Parts: sequence; structure tokens; C-alpha cells
Amino acid sequence: MSSEINLHGADVHAAHDAHDEHHHHETFISKYVFSMDHKMISKQFLITGIIWAMIGGLFSVLFRLQLGYPNSTFPILEDLLGHWAKGGKIQPEFYYALVTMHGTILVFFVLTAGLSGTFANFLIPLQIGARDMASPMLNMLSYWFFFLASIIMFSSLFVQTGPAAGGWTIYPPLSALGDASQGSKIGMDLWLLSMAMFIVSSLLGGLNYISTILNLRTKGMSMTRMPLTIWALFFTAVLGVLSFPVLLSGAILLLFDRNLGTSFFLSDIVINGKILPNEGGSPILFQHLFWFLGHPEVYIILLPAMGMSSEILSVNSRKPIFGYMAMVGSLFAIAILAFLVWAHHMFVTGLNPFLGAFFVLLTLLIAVPSAIKVFNWLTTLWRANIRFTPAMLFAIGFVSLFISGGLTGIFLGNSALDIHLHDTYFVVAHFHIVMGVASFFGMFAGIYHWYPKMYSRYLNNTLAYIHFWVTIVGAYLIFWPMHYEGLAGMPRRYYDYSAWESFKMFAGLNQFISFVAIVVFVTQLLFVFNFFYSIFKGRKVRTTNPWGANTLEWTTPITPGHGNWPGEIPEVFRGAYDYGKDGREFILQTEPIGPNESDH
Amino acid sequence: MIFIVIFQIAKASEYVSVLKGEDKARKQNNKINAFLLIAFLVFGLIGVWWCNDMFYGKTLFPQGAASEMGQKIDLMLYITIGVTGVVFVVTQVLLFWFAFKYQERDDNKAFYFPHNTKLELLWTTVPAIFLTVLVVFGLKYWFKMTSDAPKNAIVIEVTGHQFGWEFRYPGPDGILGKKDYKLTKGANSLGVDFSDPASLDDIHVSTTVHVPVGKPVKFVINSQDVIHDVGLSHFRMKMDAVPGIPTTMWFTPLYTTEEMKVRSGDPNFVYEISCDQMCGNGHFSMRGVIIVESDSDYKKWLSTQKSEYSTIFQTPASGADSTKATATPPVAMNDKK
Repeated sequence: MSSEINLHGADVHAAHDAHDEHHHHETFISKYVFSMDHKMISKQFLITGIIWAMIGGLFSVLFRLQLGYPNSTFPILEDLLGHWAKGGKIQPEFYYALVTMHGTILVFFVLTAGLSGTFANFLIPLQIGARDMASPMLNMLSYWFFFLASIIMFSSLFVQTGPAAGGWTIYPPLSALGDASQGSKIGMDLWLLSMAMFIVSSLLGGLNYISTILNLRTKGMSMTRMPLTIWALFFTAVLGVLSFPVLLSGAILLLFDRNLGTSFFLSDIVINGKILPNEGGSPILFQHLFWFLGHPEVYIILLPAMGMSSEILSVNSRKPIFGYMAMVGSLFAIAILAFLVWAHHMFVTGLNPFLGAFFVLLTLLIAVPSAIKVFNWLTTLWRANIRFTPAMLFAIGFVSLFISGGLTGIFLGNSALDIHLHDTYFVVAHFHIVMGVASFFGMFAGIYHWYPKMYSRYLNNTLAYIHFWVTIVGAYLIFWPMHYEGLAGMPRRYYDYSAWESFKMFAGLNQFISFVAIVVFVTQLLFVFNFFYSIFKGRKVRTTNPWGANTLEWTTPITPGHGNWPGEIPEVFRGAYDYGKDGREFILQTEPIGPNESDH
Repeated sequence: MIFIVIFQIAKASEYVSVLKGEDKARKQNNKINAFLLIAFLVFGLIGVWWCNDMFYGKTLFPQGAASEMGQKIDLMLYITIGVTGVVFVVTQVLLFWFAFKYQERDDNKAFYFPHNTKLELLWTTVPAIFLTVLVVFGLKYWFKMTSDAPKNAIVIEVTGHQFGWEFRYPGPDGILGKKDYKLTKGANSLGVDFSDPASLDDIHVSTTVHVPVGKPVKFVINSQDVIHDVGLSHFRMKMDAVPGIPTTMWFTPLYTTEEMKVRSGDPNFVYEISCDQMCGNGHFSMRGVIIVESDSDYKKWLSTQKSEYSTIFQTPASGADSTKATATPPVAMNDKK
């Protein structure tokens, strides 16, 4: 099998050389727009993701303005947003649209497409020793379907009745009935259409990642020698391929209910004085379909961040990742369990308590592989020799956030406690820390670490350090106190709490959180500036392996061309984590095992 | 403006590092960041303490849960906070302490330590044992909370709609009359089927519901339009209101509203029902109130309530006369509506 792969690699290589010699002129369009080079596609995903992240982040600033300052008016908002901010005050329908789009954008467009799309595309061929993806054509289509989804979602922001406003989980009947909410009119159809395109993109990408990892590894790159990033991206792709189609089916059924008069999710409804004819449908069915994707989705977001952080922690500790096989095993366990816990989002829907008990057990079981990962990361740092590159700081921040947010999962997974905490700010704090901010930290770590490979330049370090410190301090200041609001039962997705005797005492805290959120958002703009500025003006990379890492991507030229390696694809002789072995700082994967090398 | 200043400083620092020698500058950066990490740990832990100090009083812990089950939930919350709190502090301290202690030093070499099966088994089994305890604890309460309500429970039907709550008491016969959503029209806002004799004495109130203290109360929960959720944070209970699929929950209130005013130290205290499932533009204003009162006050209040049937079918001018109302054929009533 491996010789076959090698042959295949050699073929591509020969073709590549010929290509180089005979038609050297790639047009602008084939190089930057409809590119089939995985590295360019990865950058397309990344930059689209960054644009979406800015939009999604801006939305959170807008709704935090309302939450923090419910009694103030901001005349400038009316100038910018018109009737959505009448009298300088964000209107409820706009508030709910902002909340919904913030969730949709960040969960799907940024932390799924922006994260997996970027790093799976970039790292898989480079780290397993392949010229490109198994199907560069599908890979290109994957981006362009994502682009199409982005255009549709973006256009929904400008329709008369506004974008979807029923929460990112789009539960029917709210999302199914135009009479129930402004946002459930044309905005919702666009949302569903956009997500359908998005799912196509995700499937094309995922299938490609899986087949590339399984078939195109270079000679000697057995599965157990792959870097943990690749393992994480592999499981991520498997999760996506198996779960996204279920959301697609849910979305299609919902489109039918909305437009064709079916009753999959509708029954016994009187709305606006109108008695609807639909009977026999179940709104809960949609929740099952949604969360069958929705929960694996959490791990689709988190696993790449785990993989990259593992890699970066090891490289910068100058130590092997502790317990490589346990790390792979726990990724595998998490991936399996991810499919078996979806109903823990539904403990208060009137779920059969007996069924609920299984979901409690399986949910809390996830804490075991998670604990293994955390302790293995800690042990990796133990007796290390740590270099605090910006990437390393973000990876450490990732571990810290993963611990903080993961532990609150033990509260929410336990159904008896979840009844009190469900849909309160405790949940908001939990998933923002463990899935939102932690994954962002993993993504930032990845960007800082692989930027030199992507653009052959470094990001500015000082800006990076400012970015890290403001972001981690800010993230904790924003989300930590929210646990207390949740323990007081303060519900999420409220536009204004001032009329509630039980929740109005948090007005001061809400204002504080909003203030910090704005500061953190502005700091992210600093990062975005650093990112784009450094593409053109950053310090140039002068060595092929600036971090002293073992993996294959650092054996390519400083600016790898289409095909990645100019000559033969290197052969691999060892795992990716021989740091500090036999007194040597690092040993590239391409170095044959020496005659006197110790076993370990 | 601040942006430009920061950018200029950042740019300058790059030149400075070139002048100083990149390696030297890098090592200096390393020291600073290692120090900041340990400072972050120390100030972070102080901050956690401080935050707890500031907001503990605003959670529901000091006033205690207002239902029997809720008190058990609070105990379980305390235990879970205890267990996770210890893990939190230990792991965060190790993380930042290791990061600080093992920062890069010229005389230091990383210790090659790729795996150790014993250690890995240790931190597989220990969390598993703790989790088993929490799961057993949790499931015990979960089954108790979701069990059938006691036979003597007062049954009240709760209906959510955009954006408010309706309540129906079964009246003297103790049976809630049938409903059919297709009968919803005009004053019959809940779609009660008045051809069912059991419906004739049912009482319908909006927004505010009265319950007696110390007796189990069972809510039968419906929704007319989208999914809502009956959130009772003081009782630590919550249940979705799903159109077409009635749900139930029950709890035993321990303190009257008046008693809770004293316990919470808030003279305006009121048991609020919050909608805890996103239900549209007015979601945040979907507020209900539960008044918990002594059994005698409750009975007194209940006796002053007129049946829904009589309020719908009789003009206030003719005076409430239930015999007259029941004399009218119910089927005809439905047609009239």
C-alpha cells in the first residue's frame, strides 16, 4: 500500500515539474480565485472566516450595548441602522436578529468553516506529506459553496423583514411561522437555504479530508505517526460527514413546513387569532434532528482547537506530547460519545426521564477523556523548557479555558441540575468559554504558529502579546461572572431585564460585561490589522523551520509552491514528537532512526 | 488614535529587537510572559474569590430554595461546586505554575517523558469514580423530580402564548374540562370545549396564579403557538410548554410570598415565572407571577373567582347566575362563538 502511495506521489511530482517548466504563468483567477491549491483555498477560508468573525463580533457589541445600557439611547445607531434602532435604541426584533445571527455566524461560518476549512486544508497535505488534497476540484467547490452560503446569509441581513431571529437553534414553530416573528419570514428561508449550501460545502470538504488522510500519506507516515492535529482534523471531518446530513434533513423538512403546508413540526397552533390546520407534528422532533448535528457540532468546533493546541504545546515545550496514544484514544472516545449525548440539550422538553438518564450517564462520561487530555497537557508542560511564542500563550490559554468551561459542563450534563440552569446565563458562560473562546484560542494559536508557513512572514509579536493578554483577561471578565447570573436563574435571550424583580439586580454587572466586551472586540481588530498588515509588511521568514518543529510542513521551502515539495516527497521514519530525545532538542520526522537511538 | 499609538509602539519594538539581537529580545519577552502568566494566576484566583464575594449574595443560595426538591438541588449544586472547584483550582495552578517554573532557561533541558501508563490510568479512573458519584446523586434526584405528582396535588393547567401565561383551575369538581384548539375564538381564548360538563366550573385567570403553601402543586403545561418554558427559578423547576404535547411538573412550595420577602430581605419579592425558551420579540416580557399563600388565604381567593363559563356567557349586568348559564345548551354555546 505504501509503495503505491509513493508512486502516486511521484506521478504528481513529475506532472508538477512538467507544469512548472511549460506553462509557468498562472492567471490571477486560477491562482487567487478559483484556485485548486489547498494552501490558497485554506487562505480563502481563513480570510472569509475573519470577515465573518468581525461581523459576528460586531453584532455581539450591538446587543451588548442594549443589555448593558437598556435605558440609554445612541442616536448614531439610528443614523446607521434606521428603523432597526428607532430613537437610537435597538428594537427587540433587531436585538433577536442580532443574537441569532451572532450565533449562526460564529458557530458555523467562523468556528466550523473558518477553523476546519482553514487548518484542515492547510495542514493535512503538508503534515502527512501529500502534494494536495485527494480531490482538489471538490476542495475548490467546497470553498465556493461556502462562499455561496455566505452570500445568501449576508443578503438575509438586508431583507425588509430582517434576518432569522429565532435563535441559532431555529426551533419551530417559532421559526416555521411567519406570523410568529418578523425574523421567521423571508429571512428564515434564506437562513435555511444558506445552511443547505453550507452543509454541502462541509460535506465536500469533510469527504476530501478523510480520503486524503486515509490514502495520501507519504511513505512511512503510518496512522500512529501522524501529528495530533491530523488526528483531530480527521475525527472532526468524520463527525461532520455523519452529522451534517441530519441537519440538512431537518432544514428541508422545516422548509416544507414553512412553504408547502406539511406538518412535520407543527400541531395544535393558534397564532394571531388564526387557527392553523396542522395536526400531528412534533416540534420536539426538530430538536432531535437539530441536536443530532448540534452536539457533534460542538466537537467539530473544539477538536481542531485541541489538536492544534496539543501540537503547539509540544513544540514550544520542547517535549513530546505526553501520552500520544492516550491523546488519540481520547479524541476517538470524544468523537464516539459526541453522537450519543444530543438529548442533554432537551432535558426540559418533557423527555422521558428514563431516556434522559442514559443521556446523563453518557454526557458525564465525556468528562473522562476530557480529563485525560487536560492532565496529559499539564504533564507535557511539566519539566519542559517553554518558549512563550504568541501561539504557545494561546495554547496555554486554550487549556485554561477548556478546564474552566469543561467543568461547568458537569453541572449542565447532570439533568437534575440542568433543570435549574437550563437556558440561563450559566449556559451562556459555559459554552462561550469552552466552545467559543477556547476554540478561538486554538484558532489564534494555529494562526500565529502557521502564519510563517502561510505567508512567509511573521506577525508582529508585540501586537500579538497585547492581543493575547487583553483577550484572555477580557474573556474571563466577561464570562466568569455570568455563572452567578445563571445561578440566580437569569434567562438568556432577554432583551431587557429591568422589569424583573428576580433579575434586575444584575444591571451593574451587565453594564460591566458590555464594557469589557467592547474592549475585547476592539482588541480583535488589532489582530485583524496585524494579520493583513503582516501579509505585506511583516518581518520575513528566513529559515525553513522557525519553531524547530518535527513535522513535515517545515521541510518544505519557505514559500512552498503548488505541490509543496520541489523534489521527492520526504519519507517519514518516526512519530511527530521526538523533542528532547537523547539530549537532542528536536528530531525531524524525516530523520531515520539512528543505530544507537534509545527506544522509548 | 490609540490604535495608531499601539501600532507605532509595536513597530518600534520590532526594530529594537533587531538592534538588540533577536535572540536576546526573545528571551526577554519569554521572561516577561512567564511572569505575566503567574501574575494572571494569582490575580485570577483573587478575582474569582472577589467575584464570589460580590455576587454570591445575588444568587439564590442565601435565600434558599422555595421548594422541597429545590433544597435538594441546592445541596447537589454545592457538592458539584465543591468537587469541580477543587479540580479547577488544582489544574489551573498546575497549568500556570508549570508554565512559569519551566520557562526556557539556558541551563535547562526539557525532560524526555513521552508516556507513563500508570499515570494515565490514574487520571482515567479517579475522574471516573467522582463522576459516578455525581451521576448516581443526580439521577436519584432526577427520577424524583420527574416522578408522578402525589395524588393530593392541586392540579393547575398552565398555557403559554405569545407573550403571556394563562392558568386554569379545575374548580369544585376537580376535573379540568376538555379543550380543542380549534374552538379558540374570541373570549374563549383557551379553546375550552364547553360541551364537556367538567369545563363548566373551571376557573381561568391570567398572569398571576395563586397556590397554597406546603401542598404539592402540579402544573399541566400547554402552549398555543410556539414553544415556551415555565421557568420557576425560586423553586428550581423548569418545563417546556410545547404546542400539541402537554407536559407536566410538580413541586411543593415551602414558603409563602410574604415569608420569602423576609428571607430574601427584599420587600418587593415576588415569585416570578420567566419564559425560558426563546419565543419571539416579546420573549423578555413574558412574565407570570405565583402568589404562594396560606391554605386559608388560598381558599378564600379561590372562592371569589368566577368560572370561565360564567364570565364568557353572561353579561356582567345580568349578574352572575350559574344556574342560568348551565341551563343554556353547551353545544349551542360553541356554535355561537
